[in-house]
Amino acid sequence: MSEKEIKNLEEIFEQRIARDEKIEPKDWMPEKYRKTHIRQISQHAHSEIVGMLPEGNWISRAPSLRRKVALLAKVQDEAGHGLYLYSACETLGISREELYEQLHTGKAKYSSIFNYPTLTWADIGAIGWLVDGAAIINQVPLCSTSYGPYARAMIRVCKEESFHQRQGYEIMMTLANGTPDQKEMAQDALNRWWWPSLMMLGPTDAESVHTEQSMKWKLKRKTNDELRQQFIDQTVPQADLIGLTIPDSDLKWNEETKHYDFGEIDWDEFWQVVKGHGPCNKERLSARVNAWKEGEWVRDAAMAYADKQQENKIKKAI
Amino acid sequence: MKKNWPLWEVFVRSKNGLEHRHFGSLHAADAEMALENARDVYTRRSEGVSIWVVESKNITASNPENSGELFEPAQDKVYRHPTFYTLPDEVKHM
Amino acid sequence: MKKEKLIQYIYGIADNALMLGQRLSELCGHGPNLETDIACTNIALDLLGQTRSYYQYAAQLTGENVTEDDIAFLRTERQYKNVLLVEQPNNHFGYVITRQFLYDVFHLLLLQELQNSADLTLSAIAKKAIKEVSYHQRFSSDWIKRLGNGTEVSRQKVQEAVNDLWKFTDELFQLTEDDKSVIELGAGVDVSLLKEKYYQIVNDVLEEATLSVPELKWFRKGGKDGIHSEHMGYLLSDLQYMQRTYPNMKW
Repeated sequence: MSEKEIKNLEEIFEQRIARDEKIEPKDWMPEKYRKTHIRQISQHAHSEIVGMLPEGNWISRAPSLRRKVALLAKVQDEAGHGLYLYSACETLGISREELYEQLHTGKAKYSSIFNYPTLTWADIGAIGWLVDGAAIINQVPLCSTSYGPYARAMIRVCKEESFHQRQGYEIMMTLANGTPDQKEMAQDALNRWWWPSLMMLGPTDAESVHTEQSMKWKLKRKTNDELRQQFIDQTVPQADLIGLTIPDSDLKWNEETKHYDFGEIDWDEFWQVVKGHGPCNKERLSARVNAWKEGEWVRDAAMAYADKQQENKIKKAI
Repeated sequence: MKKNWPLWEVFVRSKNGLEHRHFGSLHAADAEMALENARDVYTRRSEGVSIWVVESKNITASNPENSGELFEPAQDKVYRHPTFYTLPDEVKHM
Repeated sequence: MKKEKLIQYIYGIADNALMLGQRLSELCGHGPNLETDIACTNIALDLLGQTRSYYQYAAQLTGENVTEDDIAFLRTERQYKNVLLVEQPNNHFGYVITRQFLYDVFHLLLLQELQNSADLTLSAIAKKAIKEVSYHQRFSSDWIKRLGNGTEVSRQKVQEAVNDLWKFTDELFQLTEDDKSVIELGAGVDVSLLKEKYYQIVNDVLEEATLSVPELKWFRKGGKDGIHSEHMGYLLSDLQYMQRTYPNMKW
């Protein structure tokens, strides 16, 4: 194809998206669109499965049977969400194995929030409430993103995720209404997870490199700063309601803007964790690599068995 | 060469009376496993009463490049639709 | 007196579901791939659901504001009545599947009898659980066949697990004193009668998987009397951690 022809196709393509038409796997798409989507969808998928680890850390120690089954079901959902997203990504012509390879070699990123440790049971509450809360704010707009398989995966994810945040908030509420020890545990978890949750919504607009293009392709519908403000505005009253204190002395309702003003985010910490120096980067990655390596003989066995069965079938037919 | 579990497409009937609908895909080594995995992945919240699985490579799909010749010719066949025909006002339903 | 026997009898069934569920849930997030991970977690959720039904019933029989969680988390090691098989660690996926398979076959036979129990609650729990456990058995049998007939490596690994776990199978059919008195009431199952059928089913699957059936004369037992393996203490220290560290709180 000549450059001019490509330019023409690109124009038609952008017009389709502007008209809110969906792009489907076999449609022509600019190489950059394909690459950007592989990057974003796989990063999203990796976040789901790495995200299983900090919470999985507490399944065996959950304090009641009711909490144990709820947490187990939630972590399992995350595996499911990872699966939906990897499948969406595979429609762009890359295999799950290749995507894993990128994760395992550190080439692909996942959400930095999962590099923080879960130290007490209250962390499970804080993750559900704050991390899933921030994730939902990020994800709901993606249900109408331009790439069909991604949008469909997100619709399913959002539908299933509705219980996750409630699960977390209920844990926090129970702790906040419990004994002084329990309340302290909840406050401590909030103190540790609050700032990383704000960072989770991405660098400030001034520093964000992908925003403009992503907006055009509906990979993003609001800027990071807008999403962050939305998250804070919605979360502060929830903390008030259960008597927990947001660890930010600058946090104040602004009557003029009708939003909360908030303190400075420590972006140095954010970039440190992104660059691999968070408290658990190593542990998370090696847990994923180990599971994949230790599972290899199992996956090979199933494939060898399937091949043998197929051969037997053919032999019988002859 | 190492063989990975192939990709399967999953179709679920949510309740009797409805058609099977494409729900998504997954990996499985064989058809039996694909069915079991589909049950475990896509019907965790009682979403279905029946499942079909088909290995993705066995699906033949139309090419979007041909969508003009495939689908546009149907657009001007307005006489296939009831609104093409005029009826006297007195006939309320037909 | 009669009530106490029934409660102990319920523990004998429910503790198996709890420990196996606990072991399986340790695997969540670490399975050989996403699909298999999700499938194993579904089994864990079924087992923990059954555990809750049994314990809620036992709690109701006990009275005195005892809850399902008191039963699950606040007994001493000697008071848990699960068989040794279900507390064995995950080691590798061959162990996970073999442990599951060796228990599933027994579990289904047990439930098929328990559904006829004169105790209507036990009968109802069994009827519901049968559907779940039939699926478990299908899942684990299929995997035994895959691993046995798969590659040379997988055959060795699953055979290793079968050889290792075989010594725990005989305990499944041992009758305790509590069993005997509940059987007399028409509420319990005589597990000793399930033995022949059990080994027949198990051996058929192993044979189809081209695995050899271990020839053992000595079997391990003790779990049903609360004498467990060394693994049990560690399992309990995870399971009970919160309830022991923060007693008398609501979660």
